[in-house]
Amino acid sequence: MEKKGLNLTLKIWRQENAKAKGQFVTYQVSNISPDCSFLEMLDILNEQLVDKIEKPICFDHDCREGICGMCSLYINGRPHGNDTGITTCQLHMRHFKDGDTIYIEPWRSKAFPIIKDLVVDRSAFDKIIQAGGYTSVNTGGAQDANAILIPKKNADLAMDAAACIGCGACVATCKNASAMLFVSAKVSQLALLPQGQVEARERVTAMVAKMDELGFGNCTNTRACEAECPKQIKISNIARLNREYLGAKFCS
Amino acid sequence: MTQIDSKIPQGPLAQKWTNYKASQKLVNPANKRKLDIIVLGTGLAGASAAASFGEMGFNVKIFCIQDSPRRAHSIAAQGGINAAKNYQNDGDSVYRLFYDTIKGGDYRAREANVYRLAEVSNNIIDQCVAQGVPFARDYGGQLDNRSFGGAQVSRTFYARGQTGQQLLLGAYSSLSRQIKKGSVKLFPREEMLDLVLVDGKTRGIVTRNLVTGAIEKHGAHAVVLATGGYGNVYFLSTNAMGSNGAAAMRCFKKGAFFGNPCFVQIHPTCIPVHGDYQSKLTLMSESLRNDGRIWVPKKKEDAEALRAGRLKPTDIKEEDRDYYLERRYPAFGNLVPRDVASRAAKERCDAGFGVNETGLAVYLDFKDAIARLGKSVIEARYGNLFQMYEKITADNPYETPMMIYPAIHYSMGGIWVDYELQTTIPGLFAAGEANFSDHGANRLGASALMQGLADGYFVLPYTIQNYLSHEIQTPRISTDRPEFEEAAKAAKARIDRLMGIQGSHSVDHFQKALGHIMWEYVGMGRTKEGLEEGIRRIRQVREEFWKDVRVTGTADEFNPELEKALRTAEHLELGELMARDALLREESCGGHFREEHQTADGEALRHDDQFMYVSCWEYKGAGEEPELHKEPLIYENIKIAQRNYKD
Repeated sequence: MEKKGLNLTLKIWRQENAKAKGQFVTYQVSNISPDCSFLEMLDILNEQLVDKIEKPICFDHDCREGICGMCSLYINGRPHGNDTGITTCQLHMRHFKDGDTIYIEPWRSKAFPIIKDLVVDRSAFDKIIQAGGYTSVNTGGAQDANAILIPKKNADLAMDAAACIGCGACVATCKNASAMLFVSAKVSQLALLPQGQVEARERVTAMVAKMDELGFGNCTNTRACEAECPKQIKISNIARLNREYLGAKFCS
Repeated sequence: MTQIDSKIPQGPLAQKWTNYKASQKLVNPANKRKLDIIVLGTGLAGASAAASFGEMGFNVKIFCIQDSPRRAHSIAAQGGINAAKNYQNDGDSVYRLFYDTIKGGDYRAREANVYRLAEVSNNIIDQCVAQGVPFARDYGGQLDNRSFGGAQVSRTFYARGQTGQQLLLGAYSSLSRQIKKGSVKLFPREEMLDLVLVDGKTRGIVTRNLVTGAIEKHGAHAVVLATGGYGNVYFLSTNAMGSNGAAAMRCFKKGAFFGNPCFVQIHPTCIPVHGDYQSKLTLMSESLRNDGRIWVPKKKEDAEALRAGRLKPTDIKEEDRDYYLERRYPAFGNLVPRDVASRAAKERCDAGFGVNETGLAVYLDFKDAIARLGKSVIEARYGNLFQMYEKITADNPYETPMMIYPAIHYSMGGIWVDYELQTTIPGLFAAGEANFSDHGANRLGASALMQGLADGYFVLPYTIQNYLSHEIQTPRISTDRPEFEEAAKAAKARIDRLMGIQGSHSVDHFQKALGHIMWEYVGMGRTKEGLEEGIRRIRQVREEFWKDVRVTGTADEFNPELEKALRTAEHLELGELMARDALLREESCGGHFREEHQTADGEALRHDDQFMYVSCWEYKGAGEEPELHKEPLIYENIKIAQRNYKD
């Protein structure tokens, strides 16, 4: 069962480094198997570039199974491409047609500066977690795990929020470059669990302050983040974040 | 000559760790502030160790090659983490977890280390719950468990199919807290290129900043290697693209012994290979074997029709299906350990019963489970895995069975460590998958997460103090020392040499060539002739690599081609070491199957009288044969037997 290969035109953002001016460069690839993943298609292109002694296209990727959150391509105007609930590495070429032109760009946000080509610096997300995305427990001395009973419903909701992979698609797709979905996922996970209650107010206050400081925009409820999140984190987490934040402010 | 001393504490097995902790040396808080520790890698072992060291008051620097510590490949572990909590009241205990792990490892792991692992397993669950890890719970609010291969109890804790992610994010959050406090300094996108020794002791590392290409020097009183496994020597594996064995090889070349390099795990349930362009193999969690049944057709003509697409798997009648694991291993059925399940799949495919266009796949079928429990229950248990499968293959596993085939997954071998997790280089420790210690010749499912976190949270924080207590007089390590300059120069020279070749083939070309040789000759079935041929071919590829590799770009910029070239250069040496170790071990045990050594019914046949030891390899210089040392394995608490999963 030989499947017909795809011939594609790629318009890819090339940028030498953070300070250089970038531009779209056009490439052709031919006879790409529909079973090939999007990143494997870029591997094939890169192999061709190396053959021609040209610099391959830099893009972030690692696990290639949708969990590490490293891949971050803006494909034809959508983060992670034209499918829902997936990362770029889970996008397969069967979603494209022979003869298609595909635009590939990096995440674009003031808080995620470009390092090279399609690679951006997302350390701002780490800084937000460092501001308070944890429970303050040291190693050792924790009580028996079953001493804390947690209603299944809350545990499941916490897990829904905790599924965030920190890829940044929510920021990339938001017209305000807001990080509210990312921040709300961590705040929600810990707010839903008794372990997170002790520091809930300090946590939400510190994380929101850090988010603002790092240049992320505000949330205007366009819900684009929810639509593009590869882990389908719900916008109801942002509502919970707002409640937590207001509660913390009124009580301070 | 370096001596092998495993430093196992005195006393009965169950008392060893307690005795060790009672008599080890400590470092007082004022001195901790003056001592620096470098941690390489931010997976479960590295992140948990660095966070714990920071909490204790040491100065820590932690390095990772990814853009964030949260990307480490521990994140991709799906199924779960074992602990001997016995919450299910099904007869579990520390001893039983210890016993299952030793037996699962085919009697090639060290008793004392494994017992300690089982002992601290319960603390890990407590710690993670305190951090807010959202483990699965039942309706009473208590923690839920599932079963995994090689065990007859339900001792696996899980967070849907994303247990590794949740545990890693727990460790990452603890690490983040220490970074904010200033006790840990983070160096993302920075790769270790060499270990620096001064007078035989570990004193620091040389790194390459992956964004700028700058070579940097970092001093410390101790270094922890937590850089994971070396499955990517095979090119196609379930590992992340960036996972590599280069840091371990660099330590090996500085004098750290390499333990059991030929012990790699081939995981039975991965999505089969589909094309030359393929970059990695995706694992389908072992937890699926709780409810999925593995089969191939009984009749060869059915298998042929399935391969040609003339029949669909759902067309095959119940009586024409061979549930070969249930047939061969009635007691454990679909939940036999990974090495056994992988070999059984290979046996059926080699015999001509394989499916998929290639004939290299078997079915994993959920039909009966869906009929018994309903689709919604299966969806709640495995929804994300089913979705992942469908995205890759465009098949819906609720309607048609999954197709799976074994793939390289985990390395049980690694840098040799003693009971304190210290390597043969004083001050260099190895943790998690990077060390060789706990899984023998085969790792049981849900034990990698347990070992990574045990090493990082509960072992190293004690044992590293015992070493550092002797270092309190050593002032902060200056990187102006000539040893640092030499290491930096050597690293630069290696980079210049690679950049200067300007050959005709890409790095991937060579890594793929190595991978093919490894899979063919050092894969699931190994023979003397095959291994000898493999070694010849590896040497040939290595020689070609150093003559003909093409690394584009420059050394002083963000350059993934150069990163890959530096790693592949190490893999080309590691591959030979693995083959050499496999050639020497003339027996079959766990994941290491020498075809000359099997029982009448095709099971692994050990030769305990000759090979009940850890092979520890010492580097003797470029182009020289490494020297073998043996650490005998002594079993005082377990009766040695042939592994039996039949009755």
